[in-house]
Amino acid sequence: MLNVDNVTARYGEAQVLQGVSLDVDTGEVVTLVGRNGAGKTTLLRCLMGLHRSMTGDIRFDERSIATLSPHKRCRLGLGYVPDDRGIYASLSVEENLTLPPVVGPDAWPLEKVYETFPVLAERRRQAGTHLSGGEQQMLAMARVLRMGARILLADEPTEGLAPLLVQRIGEIIRTVKEHGVTVLLIEQNVHFASTVADRHYLIAQGRVVESLDNAEVRQREHELLEYLGI
Amino acid sequence: MSGLLQQLFNGLVSGSFYALLALGLSVIFGMLGVVNFAHGAFYMLGAFGAFVALDSVGLSWWLALLVVPILLGVLGMVLERAFVHRLMHLFPLYNFLLTFGIALILQDLLRMKYGVTSQPYARPSMLDGAVNLGLFTYPKYQVFVFVFSIALSALVWLVLTRTRVGMIVRASTERAELTQSLGVDVRRWVTPVFGFGIALAGLAGVLAAPMRAVNSSMGADLIIVIFAVVVIGGLGSVLGSVAAGYIVGMLTELGNFYIPSLSQILVFVLMALVLLLRPAGLFGREEGAHA
Ligand SMILES: Nc1ncnc2c1ncn2[C@@H]1O[C@H](COP(=O)(O)OP(=O)(O)OP(=O)(O)O)[C@@H](O)[C@H]1O
Ligand SMILES: [Mg+2]
Repeated sequence: MLNVDNVTARYGEAQVLQGVSLDVDTGEVVTLVGRNGAGKTTLLRCLMGLHRSMTGDIRFDERSIATLSPHKRCRLGLGYVPDDRGIYASLSVEENLTLPPVVGPDAWPLEKVYETFPVLAERRRQAGTHLSGGEQQMLAMARVLRMGARILLADEPTEGLAPLLVQRIGEIIRTVKEHGVTVLLIEQNVHFASTVADRHYLIAQGRVVESLDNAEVRQREHELLEYLGI
Repeated sequence: MSGLLQQLFNGLVSGSFYALLALGLSVIFGMLGVVNFAHGAFYMLGAFGAFVALDSVGLSWWLALLVVPILLGVLGMVLERAFVHRLMHLFPLYNFLLTFGIALILQDLLRMKYGVTSQPYARPSMLDGAVNLGLFTYPKYQVFVFVFSIALSALVWLVLTRTRVGMIVRASTERAELTQSLGVDVRRWVTPVFGFGIALAGLAGVLAAPMRAVNSSMGADLIIVIFAVVVIGGLGSVLGSVAAGYIVGMLTELGNFYIPSLSQILVFVLMALVLLLRPAGLFGREEGAHA
């Protein structure tokens, strides 16, 4: 479904992606694991068309999207959750949900979103940033479901959340998957990653250095944690 | 007592112009990140537009109130497409050079044609005369200006807070790039928003024609105060710009009445105080602009 081919990116002189290639198939949940500064966020921004100095190719459903502007990629079905969650202070919770256009046939109606996330219904009139960190993360994911995206690109959704909320995010990701949405997830917590995902890519210094399955991740958990510096 | 009230009412009338101008400046800044130093020039063009339309084709003031802002809005959109959008990725100095340059060009073109003397513009007959406001009588035209600008500001506020277009403008103002990646073509909205801000400035100019001196420097005289108003209200805050417009209008008129020698600097004293105590402005929010 998503094919990333030899993608490079720079910030000024510093080359932070050195030719990343990876594939995500329809219905899969795939994580990107890597230390701080490995280039994971930059890669996701490249996928969304937010990084200017990108080279290489990105295909979505066999079609190259590498030169499309971000709003067109979104409309093809890429649902983005940035690392700061991307919740607007000047929009209510409900407006945060309904800002993106509906982009796919499986878009969730608002009622279904509110049934699944009752806390968002309770607070629909409040400013988006009045929600707690975990609730904002929920809102960001719910927004992707509401628009009917076909792939969720989420940048460290569990970062800074208490264990109970991390579990809740895990449940949401499983729900997303059950609804047929493909997921590409950035995740530092390898144990958590192995409970929600099918496969993992290990990224270091702007390259994919390994591709792992869940069994390998569990087996090598300590080694990986040490490697990630956690 | 009625003297004080009358001064306050004078303030609301001059504040009406500040509010309309600051509103447009603020929306433009929010959406484009551009400080439009040509805003006063479009206010002047609005007044001249009404004058020329009456003088050449006999267009009534009421029609000018409709037609002139639309034409200036279109001119604004053309300028945005031709020049202003190029500022987005440039050093802010270019923003100043371009928009201030446009202001000077427009101003001098009109000075070449009309000199520096003011052009006469009569009040529309329907708004001639005075109304009794209870404690004092007041020119009907001035009352109209106040009511009209309050109603228009309220309408803009409703559109911003209650409609989908308004939601897109708020979202793009707060975080343009994120909004783009959520499927909204922000660039498509930038041009009309710029045109809309310019149209508001033009409309303020048409409103000003029958009660202010119509000359080529009328915009330049006003623009500095408008910037102070926007800063006081909170850069990018629409509600703040309007409220600050009326507050500054009243402050200036009271100053004129009680301490004429200081009246010119009162606005800037207020601005300094606001910057000291609430750097984001009276209605500003630290994390970003809003409605
Ligand atoms: N705006 C920027 N300007 C310059 N360098 C940057 C910028 N953003 C990121 N970098 C650098 O690019 C490299 C990759 O950053 P990136 O944010 O993609 O890493 P990451 O894997 O997401 O890290 P983290 O786990 O901390 O989120 C880092 O070395 C970082 O310092
Ligand atoms: Mg990151």
